[in-house]
Amino acid sequence: MALQALKTGMLQVTCKINGKEYTGMAEPRTLLVHFLRDDLNLTGTHIGCDTGHCGACTIMFNGKALKSCMLLAVQAQGAEILTVEGLAQGDKLHPIQEAFWENHGLQCGYCTPGMLIAGLFLLQRNPDPTEEEIRRGIEGNLCRCTGYVNIVKSIKAAAKKMQELKAQSSQATPTPKSQ
Amino acid sequence: MKTKACFWENFTSVSIEFILPGLVFLPFSLYLLRQSRLTVSPYLKEFEAPDTLKYSQGIFSDSYKLTPKKFDYYAATSLDEALSLLQEKEDAKILAGGQSLLALMKLRLAAPQALIDITKIEDLSYVREERGYLAIGALTIHDLIEHNETIRKRFTLLADAASKIGDQQIRNRGTIGGSACHADPAADLPTALLAANAQFVIRGHSGQRVVPAEEFFVDTFTTAVQPNEVLTEIRIPEFPPKTGSGYIKHSRREGDFAIVGVGAVVTLADGNICKDVRIGLGSVAATPIRAKAAEDYLRGKPLDDKTIIEAAERGPQGADPPSDMHGSREYRLEMIKVFIKRTVKLALTRV
Repeated sequence: MALQALKTGMLQVTCKINGKEYTGMAEPRTLLVHFLRDDLNLTGTHIGCDTGHCGACTIMFNGKALKSCMLLAVQAQGAEILTVEGLAQGDKLHPIQEAFWENHGLQCGYCTPGMLIAGLFLLQRNPDPTEEEIRRGIEGNLCRCTGYVNIVKSIKAAAKKMQELKAQSSQATPTPKSQ
Repeated sequence: MKTKACFWENFTSVSIEFILPGLVFLPFSLYLLRQSRLTVSPYLKEFEAPDTLKYSQGIFSDSYKLTPKKFDYYAATSLDEALSLLQEKEDAKILAGGQSLLALMKLRLAAPQALIDITKIEDLSYVREERGYLAIGALTIHDLIEHNETIRKRFTLLADAASKIGDQQIRNRGTIGGSACHADPAADLPTALLAANAQFVIRGHSGQRVVPAEEFFVDTFTTAVQPNEVLTEIRIPEFPPKTGSGYIKHSRREGDFAIVGVGAVVTLADGNICKDVRIGLGSVAATPIRAKAAEDYLRGKPLDDKTIIEAAERGPQGADPPSDMHGSREYRLEMIKVFIKRTVKLALTRV
């Protein structure tokens, strides 16, 4: 039935996170970020402010970078989600993660999960952004350590890495590296 | 307060007045503590407890979470379903992008009993050219409006305004209809929509009606949309030829709400003469308003610097800006002039 209504009860939420199917029960008022962290144990997504300002809880929700503290868990029903845990393939870090590592794009690391996803969204749409475009792309993510300089550098480096990877994989078409 | 009332009713307990305050507060604070897992918020409204008590809940609770008050959730799959749910459920609110509503609910500034999620209704997100107007679906996200080619080229002020809202993540979720219905006087799109002379298509049980922008914004957080109605579409009447538009937001940081927001649509006649002009002001009154005195001054005059400055001087007429931490009333009145000048000039460059 289309109407999923249980009086103030818990609702079942089934969604695909990092390619894996998850099912959990959530109260309607449970925020998606709390659901991810407390119910599904995906604690890579951080909570910085609870009010939608800091961006530490940024996730990819149906291909769009969103703040998971500004969504209800029940809204994730049927959604496809990518969190920071889904970036690396086994031991192989995602190019954007490598770039952050190499360019010292983090200090305490608290904002990093959000920065990575926001950066990834930016690069998916704009593979070769200028510094200004990068700064605008991460304006919803606060960092209190780095002063952003190295984060911007990292995203720039990640753009280069990802373009190179793309060029490589398009040359060697018989063995596509899916990520 | 309940605890206080209990002591009053069983009034033998009141004979020991000296320790009464403590006796009242002990069970009351225990009660608060018991609630702590569920209701932790410095903005807690249910109890008139002193601040120390409110904050102490956070210390004692095992997990500090900012959570909305309980509500029922319904995911509507069609507009008709949403409308009948609105009719049925008491104190129900429509949830669109939720980037303002959920924030308010988390801070307990809003606590509706039911939320009707319309984000799953598929056919409410579109930008379409119709005969004589541009139709924008209520669920069209800001990001789409910012990047839509038609809007960028011909209704530039809307793209300007959408691009200034919050940040990328918020623009990825927030909707034009949600922003309009939320009717925050400091928001960007309502001001731009007013300047664009938009029309709002509102669906109710008895059918649909079209409301012009000047009647749509009734008061702060209040629009012409009735509790049992849904905004479905926003129509922007085609601008005449030789028209330029722009929106400039004045804020301390990117993503903040506007201290002053100005949207302008300028239509020229032959020889740089202003044929028609509409100027919308945001964050300077209970609703977005039109700078009518400035508009009247500009109409029929050649648009040179002197005329624009003269008109901008008349901008604050009718404005009643608030004073807050972002800027005093006087500062805002001054900024209205500055930003009318800049926005009209920006619009002129786009004619």
